[in-house]
Amino acid sequence: MTIVKTTYNRRSFLQTTVLAGGGMMLGFSWLASCNPTPEEVLNMPKEWFNINGFLKIGENGVVTIMSPNPEIGQNVKTSMPMIIAEELDVDWKNVVVEQAPLNTDIFTRQVAGGSQSIRQGWQSLRMAGATARHMLREAAAQQWQVPVAEITTAAGMLYHEKSGKSIGYGEVASAAAKIPVPEEVQLKDAKDFKIIGTSRKNVDGKKIVTGQPLFGLDYKVEGMLIAMIAHPPAFGMKLKSVDDSAAKAMPGIKDVFTINLYNEGYEKQWSDTTAFDELVVVVGNTTWEVMNAKKALRIEWERTSAAENTEGYMAKMAALTAKPATQLRKDGNPEAAFKSAAKVIERTYTAPFLPHNTMEPMNFFAHVTADKAELVGPVQTPEFMEKTVAARLGLPLEKIDIQMTRQGGGFGRRLYGHFVVEAAVISQKMNAPIKLVYTREDDMTQGIYRPAYHVTYRAALDANNKLIGFHIRGGGIQDSPVHADRFPAGAIDNYLAEDWTLDSNISTGAWRAPGSNFIAGAEQSFLDEVAEAMGKDPIEFRLELFDRAKKNPVGKNNDYEAARYAGVLELVREKSGWGKNDPAGVHRGVSAYYCHNSYVAQVIDMVLEDGKPLIQKVHCAVDCGIVVNPDAAINLVEGGIVDGIGHALYSTLTFKDGAAEQSNFDKYRLIRHSEAPKAIEVHFVSNGIDPTGLGEPLNPPIIGALANAMYKATGKRVYDQPFLAGGQILG
Amino acid sequence: MATFNLNINGKKQQVDVDPATPILWVLRDHLNLVGTKYGCGIAQCGTCTILVGDIAMRSCMLPVSQIGNQAVTTIEGLSEDGDHPVQKAWLEHDVPQCGYCQAGQIMNAVALLKANPKPSDEEIDGAMNGNICRCGTYVRIKAAIKSV
Repeated sequence: MTIVKTTYNRRSFLQTTVLAGGGMMLGFSWLASCNPTPEEVLNMPKEWFNINGFLKIGENGVVTIMSPNPEIGQNVKTSMPMIIAEELDVDWKNVVVEQAPLNTDIFTRQVAGGSQSIRQGWQSLRMAGATARHMLREAAAQQWQVPVAEITTAAGMLYHEKSGKSIGYGEVASAAAKIPVPEEVQLKDAKDFKIIGTSRKNVDGKKIVTGQPLFGLDYKVEGMLIAMIAHPPAFGMKLKSVDDSAAKAMPGIKDVFTINLYNEGYEKQWSDTTAFDELVVVVGNTTWEVMNAKKALRIEWERTSAAENTEGYMAKMAALTAKPATQLRKDGNPEAAFKSAAKVIERTYTAPFLPHNTMEPMNFFAHVTADKAELVGPVQTPEFMEKTVAARLGLPLEKIDIQMTRQGGGFGRRLYGHFVVEAAVISQKMNAPIKLVYTREDDMTQGIYRPAYHVTYRAALDANNKLIGFHIRGGGIQDSPVHADRFPAGAIDNYLAEDWTLDSNISTGAWRAPGSNFIAGAEQSFLDEVAEAMGKDPIEFRLELFDRAKKNPVGKNNDYEAARYAGVLELVREKSGWGKNDPAGVHRGVSAYYCHNSYVAQVIDMVLEDGKPLIQKVHCAVDCGIVVNPDAAINLVEGGIVDGIGHALYSTLTFKDGAAEQSNFDKYRLIRHSEAPKAIEVHFVSNGIDPTGLGEPLNPPIIGALANAMYKATGKRVYDQPFLAGGQILG
Repeated sequence: MATFNLNINGKKQQVDVDPATPILWVLRDHLNLVGTKYGCGIAQCGTCTILVGDIAMRSCMLPVSQIGNQAVTTIEGLSEDGDHPVQKAWLEHDVPQCGYCQAGQIMNAVALLKANPKPSDEEIDGAMNGNICRCGTYVRIKAAIKSV
């Protein structure tokens, strides 16, 4: 039994403000006649009793649990409430889930980023459930005049064994709400979990498959106008002049004007990264009318800094990798090791810029009045954007209200909420509720892109083919992918890691598994080549390195646990039958990587069809500690694998004269049905360790397994992403 | 502007719009049927798929003036209470991640299964390749289609 100190402040117990009736689409008269979803089929209580900010209990025992974090497809809207429900000890079928609004007084870290929602929410969610359970037990104990220690719970019921009394949570909820918050509470033992570790369906599943309003783009209120922006056609340009006469005269158009995102002297937070500060805005009645008016704008732009071209920055990056860079870590004497080496293997890997391409383009609703701002939509960083909007509008923080919708993908793009500020500024100017909508082209051509990367690996082998030195040097545009303390640091005596960054007017930022989404593939491809040069099996070679790092680690700050790393690799070896039951005619590649606190190992089974790679199966082993919602976790694992394979094989954003050359899905390639693996088999390590995330650890390593399988299939190594540049759709 | 009498999900609807307006925006902005999603606007991602008669069409490039009296079915009209076999299969396989593309995937799958009740893997790929899922739920979509 774990006892934890409760850490609520007083405001955690105040009524939370959520939009009525699940929140969305208040102006829609038809909503009332909508068919109920399973959660609404429950007999809804007449009265709710707020136990704490995370949950309320109705007089009939139905429980509403608030899901605090942004839902971008990682399933936290189901899995986070499951953790609360576990400690509360209720039947999941009596739970209704609501998306919590931004409320930093109650909730900690309402951010979707870094695969941290479950990991960092684990304790506070359990505590919220356990605290409520304790208060319910206290209330029952007082009612029955028995010691609280004698009160047990199960599935939303309270029991006193000695007297044979029992009562439902709902019947004591009113009294429980008045019980003082305990200073410490007991958490369940993992062996007693009844909800955590069992598969529960997506709480929004039925709404999704029946097309009910859920997403930011679906949000609407009476009198709402539609706004769109026009931005410079290329990076390093700004607005010179606008002739809006034709646009303004078009049907349904209310106004055309320009906005600036940030006040002069405003100190930007990291989440304020944006491509362009000054934008032209068109506001009108309907999306189609505004889209057409936007096309009728006659805008002159002027250049403010040099235009980037793909050949140009790729050459600049190669030049930076070719010369000494910032030393991040040095173990032993790598210079001497390379000098004395019998053989040096040197390979260079590159990757292009990538837009995030969430299927739901950027959008946000804003209704700003003289004294408050109401904002609704998809954003991964509501608590950061609250500050930015407050500063921009000159309103106090408590006057900024942000509600989160379900989000049509995130992948890091919605960490940068400039579109929230844009919506707020436009609404303020119009003095009306507006919804800002980006077209796909707006979204793709003014992104906060995954940086373009460039890295060179070198390995020194002695005359006995022993690995005696390792060197990594690389960087990227505005961000380096080199993680100096990650494997194989700690496993090789002589090690050197260096990096550089290159400035550019092209805006870059976090993209699902920043840095790792490139470096894992490069590193794991390189280790495959080293193993081959040493005449070793690639899994055996890695396990030897992990063994070294486990028994006698080099250096001090190694950012991984070698035993868990080896654990996933051994598990995938066993489950795939690697080396023992290799299927005939199938080419196999392996990879293992650790990032965002979770360990992953993968084996790809590939065949060639008309010279093109076809992935028959992916075997995947994952160590993310306790798996909260297994089937949903498997879904996320499958998605990460498809994502990694797709981007590595097909996706690229190139630049000419400062402009993105791909602006929509006619030129920009995303993986499609026929190109996905035919089967994905997922195995979780069972170890009872506190859970870690799954949003990001899956897509990085699969790129290495893919490259290694392609080598086995074709005899040729691939170094530059996308591996199938210009590839046609298979199937 | 012109008046159009539409047959949407078995209901007569009258709208007064520019004849060039894609049916996608008529559904979303004028009829408050927001289950049909905008993804690319150039019929390349499949997010906006609806049925016109029994045929899956990309609503983002289909002008309202071309609909005539053909029956239009959107995700909202697939079943009265959300229990169309394809919707049920999607729930059973818990397909969605973010969920944004799934209405389009489902509508395309419905059209596929109407024309070919027992499609092979290759036939599923061929029919579904126009529908992008950025979250990568392709494996589950295929399993769901095969289970119907």
